Amino acid sequence: MTDLHTDPVATAAPEATIAPEAPEAPEAPATDAPGAPDTLVHGLYREGEPIVDTKAPRGPIAERWNTRKFEASLVNPANRRKLTVIIVGTGLAGGAAAATLGEAGYNVKSFCYQDSPRRAHSIAAQGGINAAKNYKEDGDSTFRLFYDTVKGGDYRSRESNVYRLAEVSANIIDQCVAQGVPFAREYGGLLDNRSFGGVQVSRTFYARGQTGQQLLIGAYQALERQVAAGTVEMFTRHEMLEVVIVDGKARGIIARDLVTGEIETHLADAVVLASGGYGNVFFLSTNAMGSNVTATWRAHRKGAHFANPCYTQIHPTCIPVAGEHQSKLTLMSESLRNDGRIWVPKNAADCEKDPREIPEEDRDYYLERIYPSFGNLVPRDIASRQAKNVCDEGRGVGPKVGDFRRGVYLDFTDALKRMSAEAVAEKYGNLLDMYQRITGENPYEVPMRIYPAVHYTMGGLWVDYDLQSSIPGLFVTGEANFSDHGANRLGASALMQGLADGYFVLPNTIRDYLAKGPFPKLEESNEAVVEARASVDARVQKLLSINGDRSVDSFHKELGNIMWEYCGMERSEEGLLKAIDLIRGLRDEFWRNVKVLGAADTLNQSLEKAGRVADFLELGELMCIDALHRRESCGGHFRAESQTEDGEALRHDDEYAYVAAWEWGGQDGAPTLHKEDLVYEFVEMKQRSYK
Amino acid sequence: MNLTLKIWRQAGPKSKGEMVTYPVSGISEDMSFLEMLDVLNEQLNARGEEPIAFDSDCREGICGMCGLMISGKAHGPEVTTTCQLHMRSFSDGDEITIEPWRADAFPVIKDLVVDRSSFDRIIQAGGFISANTGAAPEAHSVPVPKPKADRSFMAAACIGCGACVAACPNASGMLFLGAKITHLGELPQGQPERDARVVNMLTQHDDEGFGGCTNIGECSSACPKEIPLDVINQLNKDLRHALAHGE
Ligand SMILES: Cc1cc2nc3c(=O)[nH]c(=O)nc-3n(C[C@H](O)[C@H](O)[C@H](O)COP(=O)(O)OP(=O)(O)OC[C@H]3O[C@@H](n4cnc5c(N)ncnc54)[C@H](O)[C@@H]3O)c2cc1C
Ligand code: SF4
Ligand code: FES
Repeated sequence: MTDLHTDPVATAAPEATIAPEAPEAPEAPATDAPGAPDTLVHGLYREGEPIVDTKAPRGPIAERWNTRKFEASLVNPANRRKLTVIIVGTGLAGGAAAATLGEAGYNVKSFCYQDSPRRAHSIAAQGGINAAKNYKEDGDSTFRLFYDTVKGGDYRSRESNVYRLAEVSANIIDQCVAQGVPFAREYGGLLDNRSFGGVQVSRTFYARGQTGQQLLIGAYQALERQVAAGTVEMFTRHEMLEVVIVDGKARGIIARDLVTGEIETHLADAVVLASGGYGNVFFLSTNAMGSNVTATWRAHRKGAHFANPCYTQIHPTCIPVAGEHQSKLTLMSESLRNDGRIWVPKNAADCEKDPREIPEEDRDYYLERIYPSFGNLVPRDIASRQAKNVCDEGRGVGPKVGDFRRGVYLDFTDALKRMSAEAVAEKYGNLLDMYQRITGENPYEVPMRIYPAVHYTMGGLWVDYDLQSSIPGLFVTGEANFSDHGANRLGASALMQGLADGYFVLPNTIRDYLAKGPFPKLEESNEAVVEARASVDARVQKLLSINGDRSVDSFHKELGNIMWEYCGMERSEEGLLKAIDLIRGLRDEFWRNVKVLGAADTLNQSLEKAGRVADFLELGELMCIDALHRRESCGGHFRAESQTEDGEALRHDDEYAYVAAWEWGGQDGAPTLHKEDLVYEFVEMKQRSYK
Repeated sequence: MNLTLKIWRQAGPKSKGEMVTYPVSGISEDMSFLEMLDVLNEQLNARGEEPIAFDSDCREGICGMCGLMISGKAHGPEVTTTCQLHMRSFSDGDEITIEPWRADAFPVIKDLVVDRSSFDRIIQAGGFISANTGAAPEAHSVPVPKPKADRSFMAAACIGCGACVAACPNASGMLFLGAKITHLGELPQGQPERDARVVNMLTQHDDEGFGGCTNIGECSSACPKEIPLDVINQLNKDLRHALAHGE
């Protein structure tokens, strides 16, 4: 077998980086039964014991969350000051949790890599946030939001978690309004709602196209209020590079001060990771430049299971790649599909023509053709995949990037005739202006071009109902965990999950753990602490000393291409096996040939990027292995080998209705798959059909 | 396009900086301004010169992380953020100077990167509504008249980039401050703390070393979110009320 993980720091200092065995948590048996024959599937991974979520209460679904809140131990207010909680991330999930735990009187240390907590990538969310308020009296309810989310997730999420999410959604809106979040309102002064992402009720609250920004500023202000009150200590421009585990429990982090370069040790009674999604493994995505997997990946290497890593959401309406220089992709709200019509030329020969000169009969409105009842409003995964299909057939439009055109038209001509330019501008003006700014083309005159882009990752660290990972004392919230969206996320539900986790769920569940503390005081000289810190130091020195020929970005781009090509919208066994090979080769070259200039003891953005890309190079392989093992099409995961006769996604509930939780296999080992069965008691599993 | 860039290089907070000239070629007009700098940085890296440090994160005009003085204009010639500025706003042969924000309250950390934590401390001084989690009343119990909600939203669109400070000859932070005063002051939820908020935030603003406002208006013209100058009037009005109320 080839060398699986060629991070040479570990070769240089094996003691420092080899992950310890996963702690023997009862809910996560870590190893195979002793004596079981050790066979590797595909030569890549082994199957381990199943896992179960022991924290979810049984009984009627509507009572489970109340039961858990009641059963979770309380922490005496006088003791809270003595308990320290580290929270990595200041997006909706981390910012809301830091503010709330600070208000409750815990001692909180909050970290972000940006220069201010207000800049976390939650800020970029446009469309809105769902909540089951039923303000429109259109038949919405907690149960309906629960039902839609489970169905939207293609029956690959946990019922208990999703129900809780729907249940607390209404409290989120109350909380945000009280903080001064300026949601859109009607003339009567009450809150406005819209329908979003193909659901039939209007339950989405929004603040023009800047909902994420306004929600995050609410959480940020609550957080800064606690900084002023002295309950939260804020560490901006700090990047977490390792988690500290002592006696099987998460007890702190190692972080680099990005300004001075100093490697710092921060110790605590519990650690929360709210570090966002890992879509940047694809290099091009709608994520921020600094979005990374480092925080969760480092925890994975120390024993936290990584669940469903291959579940990626690809958003159909993004501005296409313009050239090799492209550094990120910009999303345009999918509300554009309400009035725009999507098409490509029928004949590849027309692809270079001015679209306005292509007559109606030579256009293929392919979504309207294939899905007459849903047309342009089919779900995200279907719209994305069909766009890829027509481009793969050679009917893509727009400039060639490489030797390929990746783009389809999103045409407002009919809408402009039907509604007047003013009405279109009123409804979509800011989006159309953004399009014009980026592309230099006027969408009121020329059809826009769109193409799918990586947008969200449903996978993440495995957590139980309490949001605790398989490492005791390590909690994971927001996009960084895997918990609520199954194989596909509904629009406007990530903001809901981030704030649900941060304001309402984590503060209630973490107390059950903290009630056992304060844990024995740790010294920085503790062996495990010293070791964690030394491994970070060694890695920084290693990255700076290679001094090869290739920039970090060039590796990142190459990895992104591999992931997009073979682990993107459509995956096949052959492609995934090839990708794994390519990634291993690339990772090997990275550690021999990357060129990182500058010093360790100063602001060094190349060094920051290098560490992130090194972790993406390991994650990418696990994503491919996960995609390979899941031989079904579900949600955002389309497997070429599993489709119906007319090319639609085919799920296999009999074989794959489980969460795939991966255990790190050690430096040169293979990962172990633990399955958590998904049991549906309240929702019946159905195949999706949009024809 | 071929361009000549004159860029501020400064090794660290205490080092002396200087302008360094870099010719760049092969720039396409579809590139964003920051992608143009990415291209330059790749070239520098290949030649063994340390890349230029500059801040950016979302690259879609909303996080407020980016911000450069481009030929003397904060965020460059268009009304937008540096990351949303595209090279089609420039012409072949142009000479472009690129500097960090300059203000006592925004010290340079390295090259084009500055420290804007003074903005966070202004927010800590009172830029919030005190509403502990769980204590909120039902959202519809307090209607907000639409014109007030809209004005509040307009002011809340501030991204905290600091261009207003960089553009102001007095390096005043009043547009940023006025925007927060207006965002919270227009809402019924913001009333109980309104007087204390303006006094405390303004005190912090002055302590951080930001200058006073002399109504020049450069801030508002540079603001990528087009925050209007009247938020500063609002700030002054709120301050007069607060003082009259004995805050
Ligand atoms: C363009 C765009 C539009 C979207 N629109 C919507 C929408 O309309 N509705 C919806 O519901 N969802 C939307 N989403 C999804 C949603 O915005 C995100 O899933 C959600 O905001 C993630 O929040 P979070 O708190 O988990 O993480 P983030 O907001 O990403 O925060 C991550 C935090 O972790 C910190 N961090 C990360 N790594 C480290 C490290 N190693 N060390 C220290 N700190 C670290 C960062 O500094 C940051 O503070 C959108 C996403 C994008 C990209
Ligand atoms: S007021 Fe405008 S220029 Fe000033 S920080 Fe806010 S967005 Fe930037
Ligand atoms: S990088 Fe976020 S606003 Fe420019």
